[in-house]
Amino acid sequence: MSATATPLIAMAPARRASAGLWSNALYRLRRDRLTLAAATTLTVLVVLSILAPLLAEHVFDRSFEQQDLLKTYHPPTLDPPAYLLGGDELGRSQVVRLLYGGQVSLFVGFVAAFMNLTIGIGLGLISGYFRGPVDDVITWFITTLNSIPIIFLLIIITTLFAPGALTLTIIIGLLFWTGITNFVRGQTFALREREFILAARTIGAASWRIMFRHVLPNILPLIFVLLAIDIGTIILAESALSYLGLGIVPPTPSWGNMLSNASTYFSRAWWLVVSPGATIFLTVLCLYLIGDGLRDALDPRLKGAS
Amino acid sequence: MSLTPTQTQDQKEAFIQRGRSTASAGSGRNLLEVSALKMHFPLTQGIIFQRQVGAVRAVDGIDFFVEKGETLGLVGESGCGKSTTGRAILQLYKPTGGSVKFEGTELTTLGGEQMRKMRRKMQMIFQDPYASLNPRMTVGNIIGEPLEVHHLAAGKAKTERVQELLRIVGLNPYFTNRYPHEFSGGQRQRIGVARALAVEPDFIVADEPISALDVSIQAQVINLLEELQEKFNLTYLFIAHDLSVVRHISDRVAVMYLGKIVELADRIDLYERPLHPYTQALLSAVPIPDPAVEQKRKRIILTGDVPSPVNPPTGCRFHTRCWKAQQICSEVDPEFIEHAPRHWAACHFPGA
Repeated sequence: MSATATPLIAMAPARRASAGLWSNALYRLRRDRLTLAAATTLTVLVVLSILAPLLAEHVFDRSFEQQDLLKTYHPPTLDPPAYLLGGDELGRSQVVRLLYGGQVSLFVGFVAAFMNLTIGIGLGLISGYFRGPVDDVITWFITTLNSIPIIFLLIIITTLFAPGALTLTIIIGLLFWTGITNFVRGQTFALREREFILAARTIGAASWRIMFRHVLPNILPLIFVLLAIDIGTIILAESALSYLGLGIVPPTPSWGNMLSNASTYFSRAWWLVVSPGATIFLTVLCLYLIGDGLRDALDPRLKGAS
Repeated sequence: MSLTPTQTQDQKEAFIQRGRSTASAGSGRNLLEVSALKMHFPLTQGIIFQRQVGAVRAVDGIDFFVEKGETLGLVGESGCGKSTTGRAILQLYKPTGGSVKFEGTELTTLGGEQMRKMRRKMQMIFQDPYASLNPRMTVGNIIGEPLEVHHLAAGKAKTERVQELLRIVGLNPYFTNRYPHEFSGGQRQRIGVARALAVEPDFIVADEPISALDVSIQAQVINLLEELQEKFNLTYLFIAHDLSVVRHISDRVAVMYLGKIVELADRIDLYERPLHPYTQALLSAVPIPDPAVEQKRKRIILTGDVPSPVNPPTGCRFHTRCWKAQQICSEVDPEFIEHAPRHWAACHFPGA
């Protein structure tokens, strides 16, 4: 078809071709050094945790439960490498325990947060978009869940199921999503009144399409930040839960129980507190930075690409 | 077949109805027929047991038709229910009462899926070009979405169609990968127009499409809309509050006041011989670009504010501000009747 009106803007050569939000985000992420550094650090932590059995056997020559009562509270040293981060109250290698602890903590953190996110986003979108009776039921459920003392609920669950990392993950995953739902619901409330949502309805878009193509992309950047906070909270919550005898049972280490355990010996062996503390700090910091970087990368209004 | 008394009664009433020649009278040329359309927004009180304490009568029983290929202008002060009318017609709000017939199909009773399919034939251009485009979608995705939704084109054909649409509305076809924020107000409004055109609709509700734009851009968009109407044989319901723009673009004009249409006539008829005092007051406010005439222009200045649509005045809704109001005006709601051929007004003392 021939042009009806002469283009107002002289034909400019097309800029860097892109398929949309995600490819643009990827392009921007590749130039964001801080986020890349955080992602690299987190990847290293994850890989080291996965390789924990190999490293324990070949590098440190210690299993995580191997005790050496002559080396209790051994200060950090390079020789032997097993005491790189010192020895704990039973003379176990802190570094090996930290690696194994990573397996548990990162698994619980990521998997439970992912479950929280799935339930939270799904229910939040449905509740905020459809409102009315659907919203009433979901809100009622959340209020009820939140009003039950969580400790009480956990004690009941502990008696019903065998404690362990997997049980802990599922319990956290199924119980801690209410905050995300409330957040997503609130954002959806605000967004659904925007004119571009009305425009989407005018062109005949179905509800699922409006929820996932119009509402979700507009709250996704905030969800990434929320996810980073959630994983951090879960890693810390795990230690509290383990203390109750729910979840990680000693001698299996997790960052959380190592930290709470070491607090008793702080005056004798400060390094026992510092190493899990610093690791948790580093992990959460990396997650925040990644969440922040993703938020910026997904915002088309911020310049920097193309 | 003998007629029962009730049937004869019905037929007699139907005849009277036809004789009265309501503004929404059916005829083959009408694309859209609206009758007794009501849109009330409930006001509720209480937290757990919500009870309705009243309603905002945004649109309170209006009748009109839109003929194929014409532009019907809808004017009125802000808050009089113009936009609500447009949205209720497109079933973006569920009307409280009345009927909306599009090409003979009753829209108010259509199910969700059927209505979704009907949306191919009727589209909307929004007032605010900044708010009506999703900030996280590229222009290509925005214009391509209706094609996807109605399975009109996919893959390469979709890209080509999007580029063609951009060309039609006067934008660079290589802009598909850009985001709305990279455009000016006028360009954004063109994107909105391209999105509406994507499904090749017959009817477009233009909801104040130029009032958010810079004055220098308004004429461009108006010309574009006129061009497109000619090219694609479009029918417009053009909602605006700028009387000179409405005069320029409309074939017929309807004037709304507080949820009701008070006057509806052909453009020239309405501007030359307004019957309703509200229309007269509105028209007297339009400045004339000739200093000599402008000096002599007599303005009718209305006193007071527009009454609340929650609690509209009894009788004629305009009587609280009308300089011609008599006893009857506050008691009897004037009927919307045809005072001259194709010239309807709701007033007890029209034209006087």
